[in-house]
Amino acid sequence: MTVNSLPVRPDIPVRTEPESPRRLGRRLLRPGAGRQHHAGPLAYVLLAVMAILSIFPLYWTMVAASTDNTRVSQTPPPFLPGPNLFSNLARAWDEAAMGKAMINSTIVAGVIALSTVMFATLAGFAFAKLRFKGRNILLMLVIGTMMVPPQLGVVPLFMMMSELGLAQQLPAVIFPTLVSAVGVFFMRQYLSEALPDELVEAGRVDGAHSLRIFWSIVLPVARPAMAVLFMITFVHAWNDFFWPVVVLDMTNPTVPVALTQLSAGYVRDQSLIMAGALLGTLPLLAMFIVFGRQIVSGIMAGAVKG
Amino acid sequence: MATSTTNALAGEEPPGPSPKTGNGRTGQQRSALLHRLDLKGAPYAFVAPFFVVFAAFSFYPLVYTAWISLHRVELATLDVMEWVAWDNYVDLVNDSRFWNALQNTFTIGVISTVPQLLMALGLAHLLNYRMRASLFFRVASLVPYATSVGAAALVFTMLFERDFGMINWMLGVVGIDPLDWEADKWPAQAAISTIVIWRWTGYNALLYLAAMQAIPAERYEAASLDGASRWKQFTHVTVPGIRSTIVFTIVLSTIGATQLFGEPLIFGQGPNGVTGGADNQYQTLGLLLYEEGWKNYQMGRAATVAWAMFLLLILVFAVQRLIRRLRPRTP
Repeated sequence: MTVNSLPVRPDIPVRTEPESPRRLGRRLLRPGAGRQHHAGPLAYVLLAVMAILSIFPLYWTMVAASTDNTRVSQTPPPFLPGPNLFSNLARAWDEAAMGKAMINSTIVAGVIALSTVMFATLAGFAFAKLRFKGRNILLMLVIGTMMVPPQLGVVPLFMMMSELGLAQQLPAVIFPTLVSAVGVFFMRQYLSEALPDELVEAGRVDGAHSLRIFWSIVLPVARPAMAVLFMITFVHAWNDFFWPVVVLDMTNPTVPVALTQLSAGYVRDQSLIMAGALLGTLPLLAMFIVFGRQIVSGIMAGAVKG
Repeated sequence: MATSTTNALAGEEPPGPSPKTGNGRTGQQRSALLHRLDLKGAPYAFVAPFFVVFAAFSFYPLVYTAWISLHRVELATLDVMEWVAWDNYVDLVNDSRFWNALQNTFTIGVISTVPQLLMALGLAHLLNYRMRASLFFRVASLVPYATSVGAAALVFTMLFERDFGMINWMLGVVGIDPLDWEADKWPAQAAISTIVIWRWTGYNALLYLAAMQAIPAERYEAASLDGASRWKQFTHVTVPGIRSTIVFTIVLSTIGATQLFGEPLIFGQGPNGVTGGADNQYQTLGLLLYEEGWKNYQMGRAATVAWAMFLLLILVFAVQRLIRRLRPRTP
């Protein structure tokens, strides 16, 4: 049903040279074939409104995190940042355990993104370029697994982790998401277009075995797509909510766990809460500011939710 | 398969320039055999990690959930499973909280998915114009997607605060009485939907934009030669051209809506979060699952809710397919 509908750009030319992520981004972002109309003033106004609506909640998080509680709850609410941003961030880092949570989240999301990229590239290469019995059936299976919402297995998963003595430990969060069907499919699409058959054949003629071909021929070609997949997986892993809240507690929190705790407190220290919220989203924002182009192009090239 | 994979992965030959340095026939035979093993076995070795992890941590738990749902299991004693057959299901069907959560999941799902996808379509159309700063607008529309669920939910919870929230203040400026966003059912569901819409509209817009850019320009030319207005071109060329992507986003959003959890949990600010409000007025199925398992310590019941969610998803997709079957296709 959704197999052919993955929005994968069909116009990526075959190349023998590895391409820098920057160039890949540029190529995917050039104006499309679709419509060549220039935007009128109305389009700019609407887009500006959209941009403000997108950015304002985050801007206001920053404002609220930089004042004190009496000012946050004034009417009219403050629209300009106050002087206490850094002291509030420091308080959230220590008191609300956001510091520990961010370090934990970085470890979790980093490991998940690394392993997802590695296994997705391996499997994507096999599905794209190697011939073996049952290839199509297995690929259909991979696509079928996208339809299985991971949350539904939380009860037995929790039992498994308790039995293994991993409850409240980071590996409990990492294991279930070490691979991603979407990642496999994404790499397969990319490699079928970007990796010429001749290169693989040449490797075979030289007598290199499959793992070596993968290492020295496939990886360099796959690098830009791997970078994009890494970032998108990192974002998703960082934002995963249900499972971490179930399996971790405040002794060893990740960002969603710490933020849930912050909101559950009876004392509503709004500036502290907002400082925590800001901290919890800063790493992702930093990534978007630096690699926005690549992430946009990656999503447009067919990476999908979760 | 197992033997061949170990051979392929253990790398019996050191990764040298060529394995054909065997001396005499035995060496050649051995390397030929290795080569065959590698050709046959390596692909399976490459795809194996995905399937192994998926089987262990996704497929097996899903099946095992069904088994657990037929038992009474307490959180404190996970190893004690008491067979109760269909009791959990009977209890669930007789539990008004379940029907309430089902209804809330459905209403919040509809009021967050429909506007989200319509707005995404409009936004994609705007982003498809040739313009200055196009990259800025694209990245800006993705900012919400880069915001962690928790942070987004916390901010909107504050904006929707009854006494000093910015939304009520703005309503006051236009002369509308403040709403109690958390305590009243429909405002609460609207507020939660707002968080979902805010986070995912830009992301879906980019998916649509990618699909729009793959539409051949000739179709637009043909349409304008036929005298189609801009609006006609949009409805007759653009929308049909990205139909499969639209179906795809509907599927994704449906799955997402069924699992809604973090937003209402944080929106309730503490004890109200797990129960989805004092009167469960915004409790979703995800929250009910969490409440049964980790607040009431009944893992068997939690598994029953999970399995009910799964059946619900299958039902929704069956209905969707049926509707698409029955609808006459426009050429």
